[in-house]
Amino acid sequence: MANMAQTVQDERLKQEGLGARLMKRPELGAIAGVILVTAFFLITADSAMFTLSGIMNFMTPAAQLGILAIGAAMLMIGGEFDLSIGSMVAFAGLIFGASVVTFGLPLIVAIPLTMAVAAGLGAMNGMIVLRTGLPSFIVTLAFLFVLRGASLVGLKLASGGSTQLRGVRDAVQDDWLAPFFSGDAFGPIFVALAEIGLIDTFKNGTPKVPGIPVEILWFIALSLVATYVLLRTPQGNWVFASGGDRNAAANSGVPVRKVKISLFMVTAICAALVAIITVMDAGSTDARRGFMKEFEAIIAAVIGGCLLTGGYGSAIGAFFGAIIFGMVTIGLTYTDFDQDWFQIFLGGMLLIAVLFNNYIRKRVTGER
Amino acid sequence: MTQDTTFHHGDPQREAKPIIQMKNIEKHFGNIIALAGVSFDVRPGECHCLLGDNGAGKSTFIKTMSGVHQPTKGEITIDGKPMNFTSPRDAMEAGIATVFQDLAMIPLMSVTRNFFMGREPVKGRRPFRRMDVEKMNETAVEEMRKMGINLRGPDQAVGTLSGGERQTVAIARAVYFGARVLILDEPTSALGVRQTSNVLATIDRVRKQGVGVVFISHNVRHALAVGDRFTVLNRGQTLGTATRGDITPEELQDLMAGGQELAQLEGSLEGTV
Repeated sequence: MANMAQTVQDERLKQEGLGARLMKRPELGAIAGVILVTAFFLITADSAMFTLSGIMNFMTPAAQLGILAIGAAMLMIGGEFDLSIGSMVAFAGLIFGASVVTFGLPLIVAIPLTMAVAAGLGAMNGMIVLRTGLPSFIVTLAFLFVLRGASLVGLKLASGGSTQLRGVRDAVQDDWLAPFFSGDAFGPIFVALAEIGLIDTFKNGTPKVPGIPVEILWFIALSLVATYVLLRTPQGNWVFASGGDRNAAANSGVPVRKVKISLFMVTAICAALVAIITVMDAGSTDARRGFMKEFEAIIAAVIGGCLLTGGYGSAIGAFFGAIIFGMVTIGLTYTDFDQDWFQIFLGGMLLIAVLFNNYIRKRVTGER
Repeated sequence: MTQDTTFHHGDPQREAKPIIQMKNIEKHFGNIIALAGVSFDVRPGECHCLLGDNGAGKSTFIKTMSGVHQPTKGEITIDGKPMNFTSPRDAMEAGIATVFQDLAMIPLMSVTRNFFMGREPVKGRRPFRRMDVEKMNETAVEEMRKMGINLRGPDQAVGTLSGGERQTVAIARAVYFGARVLILDEPTSALGVRQTSNVLATIDRVRKQGVGVVFISHNVRHALAVGDRFTVLNRGQTLGTATRGDITPEELQDLMAGGQELAQLEGSLEGTV
């Protein structure tokens, strides 16, 4: 009896439209946001914003934030926060700066060393969270201050009293690994494109955009890898499961502890990567590097559809979330608006994103 | 209880050897004796009901059976061989699967992702090893269809399923992954009438595949609807095992309540309990 009733198609089920199906994608909000923001700046901003050099201009900060946001998004999907990533950027910058300047290490040693230190600290964060059962919010808030303080103290030691350590550029200039972490990629292609007149040039014939800043390539590559891992690998499934319901995941054989600690490590390594790129770019490191970036990264992840409660979200969403950020910060300079509108926009965007995500979650889980 | 509300009972396989046998299990938590010598066994293709009131020790007992707790005293044998589970994983590997009340389901994740959670099939070589998504989707939809549930699609979130359907996903998952003994912890306690009958039908289906089902309940009606044998726990002890047909619902009810009080109560409630 029960059999027959169930095997026929449920007559109360309506065919879902394309719109309804799209609504269930976590990154929808962020993509809509990018379209909105683009439309806004197309109307209000100087046309220079959407030239090749204008795009590189806003994509560079977007990429620096985005690398952090991808890590933060994966960690949030896994059900945890890391408020220490901004300070981690400063601390990793110190480790990296001291390695190459003070100790004169080549990049092939300094970069893995920096990442290993960051990963170790990330693992420590994770272990404290898991051992004590305290919310990651509070544990990593402690590290926000510890690492910022350590960066200040360390920099004074390394530089003899200053909170800035210079001379990174000179130290890494001739290193064969440097082009992977600083400057612009595909330079020759851009020169060639300029020669045949496809892109704008300065009067002397050199292209206005010398190449694609490497951080943009790292950003895109990381987004793709993170998306692939989340959607197509068992480990990705474990991330969703660990964030969705820790006990349920553990009962089903998911190694929740390992997953979460790995996520903390990945997030910290993302921070280290940002530190390495920005320190090499600026040629110096200082203790204020990465200030407030933890919040911006989390906001980008939330705009990208991550739920604060974990278990839901996407790396592509965080990708677009970071681009929205870059467009607004840089875009406002192309308009007549006061740049400080940025913060107001930020708060508003966050609020809208959270409300929207909450609504989506109810749709997905069928809660009413 | 009328005949047409019960499920068809095939051969209860009285002669079959038990898959798992628990002998005189004792479990102490500090100075608290949660289990004081409980014996229980499950044969292939039967539904063995474990009944008991709240606090009778049902949860402790099934957690011992599923490897969460280690018994203080007593012996567990699988296919006649002594076993010592140190973790739920050991029990799972021996074919003892437990569907806990929380179902180990994640509402935000799709049926497919839930179905294969922790045991995702992979294809390809490292480092390009990836989930075999097509196979996962096909299997999940197919296994659910076998249990009588037509999914909208493999990506349907578990949160959109009803309680009974979620229960069925959890059961289908355990059976698909080779459970020989399926422990169901109060699977019908939070369900409506229709959903309860769906879950009972699922139990029947699973039993016919030769899986031994342990059905934990404090609802005598639900137990009698599918059970082949009944064991009652009271204050950490078993009051014996009865076979279907040898015991009436009233006797079971009384055993669960420890005898007298309920009998008196029932009188005052005019037999409605």
